[in-house]
Amino acid sequence: MNILRNLMTCICAGILLIACSAQTPNSNSPDSVETNAHIEVKGSDTMVNLALAWTESFRESHPDITISITGGGSGTGIAALLNDTVDIANASRRIKNEEIDVAQNLGIDPFEMIIARDAVAVIVNPNNPINSLTLEQISDIFQGKYSNWQELGGEDRPIVRVSRESNSGTHVYFLESVLRLNDPQNRSLFDPNTLLLPSSEGIIAEVRDNPNAIGYDGLGYVTPEVKVLGIGANLEGPFIWPSAETVNQGTYPIARDLYAYTNGEPQGAIKTFLDWILSSPGQNIVQELGFITVSP
Amino acid sequence: MDIKTFTPPSLTKEKLRFTQVFETLISLTIKAAGYSAIVFVLMIFYFLLSEGTAAIGEIPPQVLFSTRWYPVEGYFGIWPLIGGSLLVTVGATLFAVPIGISTAIFISEIAPRWLREIFKPIIEILAGLPSVVLGFIGIIALAPNLRVLLDLPTGLTALTGSILLGAIAIPTIVSVAEDALDGVPRSYRDAALAIGATRWQTIWRVTLPAARSGVLTGIMLGIGRAIGETMTVMMVTGNAPVIVRGLSSLFLPTRTMTATIAAEMGEVAKGSVHYHMLFLIGVVLFIISLIVNITASALVFRSNKRSDRILS
Repeated sequence: MNILRNLMTCICAGILLIACSAQTPNSNSPDSVETNAHIEVKGSDTMVNLALAWTESFRESHPDITISITGGGSGTGIAALLNDTVDIANASRRIKNEEIDVAQNLGIDPFEMIIARDAVAVIVNPNNPINSLTLEQISDIFQGKYSNWQELGGEDRPIVRVSRESNSGTHVYFLESVLRLNDPQNRSLFDPNTLLLPSSEGIIAEVRDNPNAIGYDGLGYVTPEVKVLGIGANLEGPFIWPSAETVNQGTYPIARDLYAYTNGEPQGAIKTFLDWILSSPGQNIVQELGFITVSP
Repeated sequence: MDIKTFTPPSLTKEKLRFTQVFETLISLTIKAAGYSAIVFVLMIFYFLLSEGTAAIGEIPPQVLFSTRWYPVEGYFGIWPLIGGSLLVTVGATLFAVPIGISTAIFISEIAPRWLREIFKPIIEILAGLPSVVLGFIGIIALAPNLRVLLDLPTGLTALTGSILLGAIAIPTIVSVAEDALDGVPRSYRDAALAIGATRWQTIWRVTLPAARSGVLTGIMLGIGRAIGETMTVMMVTGNAPVIVRGLSSLFLPTRTMTATIAAEMGEVAKGSVHYHMLFLIGVVLFIISLIVNITASALVFRSNKRSDRILS
């Protein structure tokens, strides 16, 4: 009898626990009160610093809303949104059709907003004499069609390709827009020898230390210790270096939108936060951190 | 003389019953704890199998056994990953076993007592060093220097991973092997020295063979740690899924099974082909470490029997 009663107590406690944990991500529901709201943000590593700066500044005007930011990669953020564990998923690439299919099966309705823009810089070691390449040359380098810098007019050194892991939005964007030159029929892949590093910092460190390396990263992450290459449509040029101006003029070819995804149209505190990001204080921070503002 | 039977004053009937109940309870608890370990292993293996075997049905064998790993586009070739894990582990063994055993011999047989008292705790502290710290040291200090020293295209290679994994395995090997050497009776050494063996002959022909089972256990535990290690290899091996062609691949980047699971688990949608594939890799990893453990116990068992035969 006693054992039975204990068992029942355990089961009841278990059910309560499960019920509580299922309740957690509820700041999304329309009836949530705006005071003391909590927003969970996860996703793109490219956007982590930006999101942190937004949060810090946002807290000054809205002390009642707490926000926590996690990185992990765009794919990670979107996966978390589909599993309903975050309120906002930051992504440096658009949500894939397969992910939308999964979302519909799970009863999630991803809502897309463009909250900033970013140029992808192609970087080499400062000791590398090469200053600019064409888009096609970069595509061929990462496909493994060149193996020595000499073939591109550089020194007699092997080429070491450095990339983010495939869960990175930057990786997917680079594959589609640079490696495959925006051609949906093109099924080219990264050379298998390409180093896949788990973080943006890892890429900067390897390119900074290794004169053989070529990599790519969001412009917001590029430090003065690496050399940014100019990119041209053909060998005669003109070669364009990434900056806010060249991206807004549309002359720098590899720039992408940065997205925020929510489950359904944002409401309550989430709407307040996203509206603030798109307002001028939010977009000023975008500019300060080396990203590019969304044109109104 | 009057013989009085001794009855402990405390053992009254009630107390005796209480003790009996208590004893049964304790032995039941211990039994449950023992069996639960087996149950957990079986449950984990069942979970891995049930999630992983789905991949075998979903991915055609010619894709599974191809040489290209790029899951985003549906390339699920597992050979580069198995090769990468084995390569890094073999490299780590080549590096850790000679150094580990020599260190154990030095501490147990050669070093004076006071030095030994200092060395042993230091080695044990080394065993507790978090692997992410080692990985960080690898990226900052080891990889750039290896690249310059060996004139490699990049310092992020299987060799870098092997050296760091070796450093992780060494404390385990030293600690267990030293205990085994220490357990060899003093009389063995005295006997060897008495019949005119030199100190080196005593160590190599008598002490080490007598401690063989413990030393082998240490090596296997060290290898086991190296295979399962994730963070360090993910940070320093470059993670390029290159097909492994012999030991010369040590000087190229490589991608291990553990790093693949760690890097890709976060992004996969639950129930997708990629998700099942990562579990299948987990199964393969589990089977490999099972083989290592079974080999270890078989070796230990055999050498026990032999040494028993010779020495008893």
